[in-house]
Amino acid sequence: MIREFKQGVFFTAATLVVFGGAYHAVFWAIGRVAFPAQAEGSLIRRADGTLVGSRLIAQKFTRPEYFQPRPSAVEYNAAATGGSNYGPSNPNQLEAVRERLDALTKQEGVTAEQIPSEMLTTSGGGLDPHIPPNAADLQAPRVAAARSVPVGRVLELVRQHIEPPTFGFFGRPRVNVLELNLALDDSLGAPKHPAAVAADGR
Amino acid sequence: MTTECIAVAVAILFTIGTSIPLGHYMARVFTGERTWLEPVLGPVERLILRLTGVAPNLQQDWKQYSVSLVVSNVFMWLATWTIVTLQQYLPLNPDHIANMEPTLAFNSVSSFTTNTNLQHYSGETGLSYLSQIGFATFLQFVTAATGIAACVAVIRGIGGNRLQHVGNFYVDTTRAAVRVLLPLAFVVGLILLWQGSPMTFEPAAKATTVEGAEQTIARGVVAPMVAIKQLGTNGGGYFGPNSTHPYENPTPLSDFVEQWSILIIPMAMIWTLGHMLRRRRFAAVVFATMLALYVPMVTFGVAMDVRGNPAIAAMGVDQSTGSMEGKEVRFGSGLSALWSVSTTVTSNGSVNAMHDSLMPLGGLMPLMGMWLNNIFGGVGVGFINMLIFIIVAVFIAGMMIGRTPEFLGKKVEAKEMKLASLALLWHPLSILIGTAIACYVWSITADPNAALAWLKNPGPHGFSEMLYEWSSATANNGSGFEGLGDNTPFWNIGTGVAMLLGRYIPIIAPLALAGILGAKPTAPETAGSLRADSGTFGFTLWAVIVILGLLMFMPVAVLGPIAEHLALR
Repeated sequence: MIREFKQGVFFTAATLVVFGGAYHAVFWAIGRVAFPAQAEGSLIRRADGTLVGSRLIAQKFTRPEYFQPRPSAVEYNAAATGGSNYGPSNPNQLEAVRERLDALTKQEGVTAEQIPSEMLTTSGGGLDPHIPPNAADLQAPRVAAARSVPVGRVLELVRQHIEPPTFGFFGRPRVNVLELNLALDDSLGAPKHPAAVAADGR
Repeated sequence: MTTECIAVAVAILFTIGTSIPLGHYMARVFTGERTWLEPVLGPVERLILRLTGVAPNLQQDWKQYSVSLVVSNVFMWLATWTIVTLQQYLPLNPDHIANMEPTLAFNSVSSFTTNTNLQHYSGETGLSYLSQIGFATFLQFVTAATGIAACVAVIRGIGGNRLQHVGNFYVDTTRAAVRVLLPLAFVVGLILLWQGSPMTFEPAAKATTVEGAEQTIARGVVAPMVAIKQLGTNGGGYFGPNSTHPYENPTPLSDFVEQWSILIIPMAMIWTLGHMLRRRRFAAVVFATMLALYVPMVTFGVAMDVRGNPAIAAMGVDQSTGSMEGKEVRFGSGLSALWSVSTTVTSNGSVNAMHDSLMPLGGLMPLMGMWLNNIFGGVGVGFINMLIFIIVAVFIAGMMIGRTPEFLGKKVEAKEMKLASLALLWHPLSILIGTAIACYVWSITADPNAALAWLKNPGPHGFSEMLYEWSSATANNGSGFEGLGDNTPFWNIGTGVAMLLGRYIPIIAPLALAGILGAKPTAPETAGSLRADSGTFGFTLWAVIVILGLLMFMPVAVLGPIAEHLALR
């Protein structure tokens, strides 16, 4: 029995070193050399080096000059993520959808049928960085009006940012909201009064 | 809709196709034949065995094998419990995560030791980097390897003729971890890293968003963990929302690879069994029987969720992309529904969409997957669970044709049937009694309906949340209807115990059964023998699984998901 216990202890220790330690060290080294950007979290920095966010993580956009991501059950908190976990029949869920629907129809000046359901529902992690292309098209007139540019220029940018499904059939076509908004600022200039955000409400 | 169907079909067919060569490779590993990775992996395997102090040729009978399995698991439990309860004082904790509370630690450590990976904590707030690698990822390797080893021993047992020994636990587990899981995890992990899963020991990133707000982005040692989480049917995610989180599953390609990883070893294990027993026809019959349960469940689940939510459609909203609550744009509803079935039939338990928000009958499919728990099943334990149903099917078929039941030339007698019944009945007993107790405890909290207590959703869906949690714990699955407020002493201790019993009873009883069968002489098969490798037997097995495996759960299915479906319009 003593021998049995000894084997259990040493097996635990040996496998802990190999699979808890060495395995990760190898990945760490490969990440540093071969995929440094991905290993750090696909972070996006401005020219002056300040960190804007990650291309994989949604962030909150409220200003009319920007495209907005999907709603988030955790208010885009990337340090404590999660979904709503509302069941399909939950009255709270249906009320939340109804509220977002009312707000969006007013904000974009469209009818309910024109709003993709992705923009009315929260994602699993609350950090979905993408919206479907039709959700970007929907917002383009508002963005163009707020920036006083022809809607065609904004739609052109949207078109350039559509990522197709992998192999043509796996996954869905989508637009990365943060990358699209940064491209907007790049080609059309950043909006003038970033500090006035809070006063603007939604 | 059409592209969703193509994507689902391609994902399944590709996995089946690649499982055949992997099954052959695994058979070579466990029969001790030389494989092409020998120069790299051989030294690692010998190093672990030398440190453990096990001679590679030492053989064990089923009792010694079970003792080694339990003893090693106890020490793994103790070692990792120490890590998570002291993580605050240990290195690699740049985000200053606090120590884990004792009942939560009991639940989490039991969960990972039993290959369940039910998580009542959220990774980004509950575990330090040291705990992520030294507790979670470490156990994801060794417990998956333990399951594969147990399955290999069971296969040797049922194939044996007057067999005394079933192998050596430490040798089999080390081989499974080093020669099967490690190379696969390495390749999958690299693909995930390339696609965007982080691999860093740096603390959370602090960003100033475009609109000037502060955003703290948790990251860490993600890619290597997600790889083994999927391959070992573990399912415990790095972050709270698992593979819905863009860092755990950044692209459709990463989703394809992870979906493949969920099923590949459970599928390959069936071919391994065919090679080891030299009964490839029998393996094909078992595989086809499993497929005949898996494919209808996927089809039904996908159909439910791509149809969308009728209550939202009633508001005039287009539902042509399906029900999107709790789902990610990059995957869409079809691939999410496919994953929800794959992850539950295999006891994996990772998610790429929130199961709590699936459509009611879409959510019934994951529940059914866990109730059966043997359609491909967890790595290793899937076939072990299936063996129980095979023995029962053999017994019933034997009764029907009026012959002594025989399986692979061995008589199935009272002792074997008792062991099979124990393993078979433990599963529904634990789920149904556990759910009943939870309902009672919920009903005696003060004003349960107004407060909803630990439930996030009212009505039948709330019942489903509790049912799901007990099913997940007992089936060693680990997914959840995550709206359930489960980090309470009741749930931590209750499901912790359910996981431990739900792991060791269904492993040790079949090990005993295989040991007893293996010790019997093999009678030559005659024209009168029941052939286990025929289509007729496959159909009988299918019917036994559906009737015995699912009928017991019919009442709770009606009370939960079916009632919700009927009320939703």
